[in-house]
Amino acid sequence: MDFTFTDDQQLFCESVRDFLQAEVTPESVREGWDSASGRNETLWQQLVEMGLTGMLVPESHGGMGMSELDFVLLAQECGRVALPEPLVETALVAVPLLANLAEKDPRCASLLEKIAAGETRVAIGHAANNLVSDAHIADWLLLPKGDQVHLLASDQVGLTAQQSIDPSRRLFSVEWHGDDETRLASGAEGVSLLAASLNRGALGAAAQLLGLAEAMVEMTVRYTEERHQFGRPVGANQALKHLMANCAVKSEFAKAPLYRAAYTLSESPSHADFAVSHAKVAAGEAALLAAKNCIQAHGAMGYTWECNLHIFMKRAWALDKFWGHAGFHKNRLHQWLMNPNAKIGADKTFGVQG
Amino acid sequence: MNLNYTPEQIAFRQEVRQWLEEHVPEAPLESFDTKAGFEQHRQWEKTLAEGNWGMVTWPQEFGGRGCNLVEWLIFEEEYYRASAPLRVNQNGIFLLGPTLMEYGTEAQKERFITRMAAGEEMWAQGWSEPGAGSDMAAIRSKAIRDGDEYVINGQKVWSTRAVYADWVFCIFRTDPDSERHRGLSFMLVPLDAPGVTVRPIPQLDGLPGFAEIFFDDVRVPVENRLGEEGQGWQIAMATAGFERGLMLRSPARFQETAKRLVELYRSHRNDILDLSIEDKVVQSYMDAESYALATYQTASRLIKGGNIGAEASLNKIFWSELDQHMHETAMSILASRAELLPQAPAAGEVGRWLDGFLFAQSGPIYAGTNEIQRNIIAERLLGMPRS
Repeated sequence: MDFTFTDDQQLFCESVRDFLQAEVTPESVREGWDSASGRNETLWQQLVEMGLTGMLVPESHGGMGMSELDFVLLAQECGRVALPEPLVETALVAVPLLANLAEKDPRCASLLEKIAAGETRVAIGHAANNLVSDAHIADWLLLPKGDQVHLLASDQVGLTAQQSIDPSRRLFSVEWHGDDETRLASGAEGVSLLAASLNRGALGAAAQLLGLAEAMVEMTVRYTEERHQFGRPVGANQALKHLMANCAVKSEFAKAPLYRAAYTLSESPSHADFAVSHAKVAAGEAALLAAKNCIQAHGAMGYTWECNLHIFMKRAWALDKFWGHAGFHKNRLHQWLMNPNAKIGADKTFGVQG
Repeated sequence: MNLNYTPEQIAFRQEVRQWLEEHVPEAPLESFDTKAGFEQHRQWEKTLAEGNWGMVTWPQEFGGRGCNLVEWLIFEEEYYRASAPLRVNQNGIFLLGPTLMEYGTEAQKERFITRMAAGEEMWAQGWSEPGAGSDMAAIRSKAIRDGDEYVINGQKVWSTRAVYADWVFCIFRTDPDSERHRGLSFMLVPLDAPGVTVRPIPQLDGLPGFAEIFFDDVRVPVENRLGEEGQGWQIAMATAGFERGLMLRSPARFQETAKRLVELYRSHRNDILDLSIEDKVVQSYMDAESYALATYQTASRLIKGGNIGAEASLNKIFWSELDQHMHETAMSILASRAELLPQAPAAGEVGRWLDGFLFAQSGPIYAGTNEIQRNIIAERLLGMPRS
């Protein structure tokens, strides 16, 4: 029993954090808002060079062969800077789906190598999300239809942009028709692949939500030191301290569920539903509370376009509802708790759940 | 990261489970806030001590087993799973014990820890005074040195378990000219010493769970001072850290409450009208799990040489509010039966929930109010300016 990350995992996370903090700033995020694609190809290639797109690509296909547990801290860092690039969905969701099919389908094997090398971009859709993010820059799209998973080239689909409150997010409804040629999986296999994708998507969103929550609190604490009223920093007031302390409590107790979910997805993915749902709900609550309390602590400034808070706040609002909203995930937990055979209680924390 | 127990840990769990199955009294003990119940609980402490289960994390020389924190968590899980009696000596074993190990002389350890571990001496805590609650540095009770003794005068209040306990640990002002945090010393005082008057204070349940203690020229030997003269504040803060940190409220307690809540919900599902209950039950389960997971994470970190500081305040807020939330939810499910005392003929199984609900009201207050904890989090963890 050891609930800590290894030194290697922590050191790698620190180097990625340093890189992201330097390269992904509120200014650079705002620049993206005004560009046509909203995406930065140079930055993407830097992420590729660090091996991040290929972290979960098997070594036999040119990747690092690592796990969800290895990636979860990095996803948290992506949230901390509100990274607009679709690194988490590519590396944590699309890649494992392709990897599961690489043995039987050479197209998937080839895509894995190209994603790791930064030569191809793949977007992924899921029934939990009505829309597909970053479909406009994808060369290939992984799309669900009932129990089927299809792979379509960008020229085989029609895209309609759907504008989000978060100017960094690029969402699309996708019009497409699959056939035997585009179908990668169906039936029980398709169902299980899509279920696993949902869990990985929710894990990635949860990790980013936690990073966003921490970033919002950090910038707000700084603001409450600088902003003076009645002759002293507004942060000296207990009312504001308690708003921020409540955020810290929520974030703190979302961490362990997040890391447990990442561990469970890595070690026994078919039993990860409840761990993932728990993590997604807890991280969503932490991020939504941070958004609400941080805008309050900023006063009117927090309601402006100029203040950087909304970069993070809007991402939090969006991701809380993506890859399963709180209602979806709480219902999964509720259904399980209603089962008289559900293993709950003090000695069951690390038992197989579900 | 490896979230599997080792074969040794699994075997340890089995050993604990078997011992508890053989020794936990079948009928629940009376409340330890009655004289009879206190003696029943004292007897249980002795039974635990005889099996070397009194304080598993303590070194063997003090009656412990030298267990690490993960093993302690396993022990606690089994303890609450078995519905074993609450620890009447929690002030001693969870608070004073660790403090003695850190600050006590060899003679003090030998004298006090051994009898505490044997279940022979029960401890009360004497910090608050009528004018010193959250503002503990406002303490006025004095202990003035007179040769080889201190002469104590003053008053303590809200001393939990003091009515039937044998000893109390306190901080007093040993330098009469000092102010605030300076000039305080940590003292161990027998409650049967001449000049000590204990006046019971009935709690919400009507039983005298805490007391006022009056000191009127009470003489204690210098050997009863823990640490140096003037070091009292520092030692008290360390003790408070133990109280808010891991030991006092292990997650198992809340996980078992969450489990009972889920079972209560299942059995009442068809007659629940309150639309919010479903969500509250799920939230309770999740939060109890979160607390357990976070505790395992902290335990792993501490085993590897980390430490716990102001983070303890995050824990204290989380478990106390979780406990309130769970009991509020249970009361909502029980609806009009929620107010019934256990002896009411129509009460059925509701009695325990009401006790728990009452006790949950104290969680955000004792061990430093949650408002104080939020100040600590904001100032020491987040770096916000001091008022």
